[in-house]
Amino acid sequence: MSHATDIGTKSALQTVAIWLLRNHIWVFLALTVAVFSIASPYFLTLNNLGNILTQGAFIGILAIGMTMVMIDGEIDLSVGAVLALASALAIGLQDYMGVWPAVFLGLMSGAALGFLNGTLIALSGMHSFIVTLGGLIGIRGLVFVYTGENALMVPDFSYTEIPEIYLGPISLTAIIFFALAIFFQWVLSSTRHGRETYAVGDNIEAAHDAGINVKRHKIINFTICGTLAAVCGILLSMRLGTAEPNAGRIWELWTIIAVVLGGTRLQGGFGSMWMTIGGVLTLAVLRNGLRLLNTPNYVELMVMGAVLVLALVLDKLLNHRGET
Amino acid sequence: MGQTINGVLRRHGLVLAFIVFLASVALNADAFLTPGNILDVLRQVSITGMMALGVTFVVLTGRLDLSVGSLLTLLTVIVVDQHNIAGPFPAIVMTLMAGMMVGAFNGLLVGFLGLNALIVTLAMLSFLQGLVLFYSGGSNVNVQNAQDTWFAVFGRGDFLGLPVPVVLFLAGAVIAGLVLQFTTFGRRVYAVGGNETASIFSGIDARWTVFWTYVLSGLTTGVAAVIMGSRVMGAQNTIGQGYELTVLAGVILGGTSLLGGSGSIWRTVIGISMLGFIQNGLLLLGFPYYVQWLVTWVVIIIAVWIDLGAKRGRIFA
Repeated sequence: MSHATDIGTKSALQTVAIWLLRNHIWVFLALTVAVFSIASPYFLTLNNLGNILTQGAFIGILAIGMTMVMIDGEIDLSVGAVLALASALAIGLQDYMGVWPAVFLGLMSGAALGFLNGTLIALSGMHSFIVTLGGLIGIRGLVFVYTGENALMVPDFSYTEIPEIYLGPISLTAIIFFALAIFFQWVLSSTRHGRETYAVGDNIEAAHDAGINVKRHKIINFTICGTLAAVCGILLSMRLGTAEPNAGRIWELWTIIAVVLGGTRLQGGFGSMWMTIGGVLTLAVLRNGLRLLNTPNYVELMVMGAVLVLALVLDKLLNHRGET
Repeated sequence: MGQTINGVLRRHGLVLAFIVFLASVALNADAFLTPGNILDVLRQVSITGMMALGVTFVVLTGRLDLSVGSLLTLLTVIVVDQHNIAGPFPAIVMTLMAGMMVGAFNGLLVGFLGLNALIVTLAMLSFLQGLVLFYSGGSNVNVQNAQDTWFAVFGRGDFLGLPVPVVLFLAGAVIAGLVLQFTTFGRRVYAVGGNETASIFSGIDARWTVFWTYVLSGLTTGVAAVIMGSRVMGAQNTIGQGYELTVLAGVILGGTSLLGGSGSIWRTVIGISMLGFIQNGLLLLGFPYYVQWLVTWVVIIIAVWIDLGAKRGRIFA
């Protein structure tokens, strides 16, 4: 990345061009919004935009934790299963202890499983892909053991009214997503933990030599990721009023798609919450817009695959140009 | 003495653990280690096992293939549908070709464009799922005139007293093992996975090597789809969902390293069979089916950790 050194000699146009290249997800987002606005009269309404934010917020909250882990150069495949367990506990335990203690325990289950993932990775030196792939399979098993493969129903439906708070068209769920994203962007850019995240992802040995406690660091990030998955699960249980044992299946894949679409790299050391917000919104806009246009389900799946590959190719091309 | 035990554990720890597991289940369930039940388990794992053979090649180069589950669905739908249109033989040829084409496309993106394998095959997973719905129009397909077609032989037939899917799986494993051990291509796969830069400097075209591993993965998924279609005599739009994870779990359980360069076909066969025997054993012991997922979790962590610890010479990183 040598462009920082000669930035003074470049014209304003070039600076803008470089900014656009580095944040291509926002350009792409603007394009998709423009296309859908022209194609569908229902797309660019306050109501629908609010809907997109709410729909995107669930994957978005998962994506925040995933971004932290991915800047570390790791991956967490277990978020979908953790989400399902947290939502099952938050609803299932209400009969025994009331709403808020149940919600708290649901949250703690996510933190505990994230901590477990992180500890196993740090202690064993196994690849996070393997550990969390095991978690994806096993935690889903835990969900089934707990729910006995039934969907749990909330005892008192006032529970579903908790997230029904709106700031204009923006729901509480979306506000929580943006608040968390901004908070973790602050963590990444302005705290020691954030700087260490980039350092570990960029060069783990150098980070270790520089005195960073790499193991503790990774455990913290996996705990964050697990906790945020539980937050998502609890919000989902509030929205639906039920906890289904299959909730969140393959959401880990959508989450990875959103983060990578944003531009954060799987190799680690590069990425930000701004990029992830862009990726999450793009994904949500694509899904919403294609549905408004009444396209069959398969078009959505195929477009998503194509866009993802396109994003990778673009990232490769643009960064080769940016670096030399 | 300590050295020897360590050495044996290092090389055959997985097999020992497998034997201990088999014995402990057999003591509690009489039906477990009977020839009939063993053949049943092998029949069950033949589809994932077949897919895992190709995926092992991909993983050995240090890449991943997450698209095989969706590809299995697509190819099963194709083989059943084309069976009704064109007859069994053209249907099988088409299926294998389609599998290799999808593999080639993955190989092009990963091998030649150098894109991240996880993301590319994840995108392919999504794309293929869409393609399945597009092709089938969302409805299930069934083999018509199921009574008078020889197509049923791949999933339901017997050959010399062994179920044909098991014969196909074992034959495939032997061929794949021989290719990996005794051909130039096999050595290149290990070389690229072990140290890609060094392999390129020694004159190996890593791009083509990676490309062909994906084609192989598509081919074995094609064979698996033929077995699947023939066994079910039909195809639903979700028939292969989640298979990519089972396949990867089997490959990883066998001890093949995700970083590439280390692993083998027989390890994959053991890993996949272990998953099958765990599932079958727990059901025979009377546990609900989802308990196998918990056990799989624990077994994956312990097996991979021990394997890694033995290679490293100490348990903790």
